[in-house]
Amino acid sequence: MAVPLAHYLTVAAILFTLGIFGIFLNRKNIIIILMSIELMLLAINLNFVAFSAYLGDLAGQVFAMFVLTVAAAEAAIGLAILVVYFRNRGSIEVDDINLMRG
Amino acid sequence: MIVQMLVFYVLSAVTVAAGVMVISARNPVHSVLFLILAFFNSAGLFVLIGAEFLAMVLVIVYVGAVAVLFMFVVMMLDINFVRLREGFLQYLPIGGLIGLILLVELIFVVGSWALTPQERAMLAQQPAPASVTNVEALGDLFYTTYFWLFQAVGLILLVAIISAITLTMRARSGVRRQSIADQVSRTRHQAVELRKIQPGGGV
Repeated sequence: MAVPLAHYLTVAAILFTLGIFGIFLNRKNIIIILMSIELMLLAINLNFVAFSAYLGDLAGQVFAMFVLTVAAAEAAIGLAILVVYFRNRGSIEVDDINLMRG
Repeated sequence: MIVQMLVFYVLSAVTVAAGVMVISARNPVHSVLFLILAFFNSAGLFVLIGAEFLAMVLVIVYVGAVAVLFMFVVMMLDINFVRLREGFLQYLPIGGLIGLILLVELIFVVGSWALTPQERAMLAQQPAPASVTNVEALGDLFYTTYFWLFQAVGLILLVAIISAITLTMRARSGVRRQSIADQVSRTRHQAVELRKIQPGGGV
């Protein structure tokens, strides 16, 4: 492997931090929050794949595939909830969502 | 060797820059587009490290499905994005602080990481032979060792489909739809009425 493992892990760490930062920064916009979560899951996948390649163990890539599936399901359901919420309220502000509590 | 390093740095730099733009772009449509850029470059990183299958799945699933889903929602909903950006700078210090702490922690973890000999011995159970392609090796694992997990993942997707459809489906009132069964089963008695009309009386 030409590129050291630590380089991959650093890129993944930076991406993960960007995801967390995005959640704090765009606290009102649920769409950006969901995108930040996707970024974080991408960073996790990068970690899994890097370790899997460097250790010669394919289990990491298998798990990355599962993470990817769950991320797709999460995005679909999250956006569906978002659409229903927008239909009912006319906005997607996070501050309004506490109105949902039963 | 040098070329690989160069490609790695270009891909990772673009990925990180696209990640920054995702969280800081003014227009959410641009955010989605930068997310797509980040996914593409990560796919390049995957190819560089030898995970071709995951790279292609990333392009197909993330760029082809998830990002388009985001794009649909962003463009379909009529949202006042200016109001959503209020408080952007207000949360910058605390978010930056927490992000910085987390990044330093992660870098410490990366720097001090090592495998014990026992773990190294355990890893040798599933070697990836050089003669087998990545897709073939992964397929072998998916349909043998991880078969039940693979099926469970399929079930997760099924649940996601059903829940997304049931959440967004609604019966709208006041919409006239064509009902072919009703049209076909109509008889002449329902459709035509004969009236005896008096001269000069009207209907």
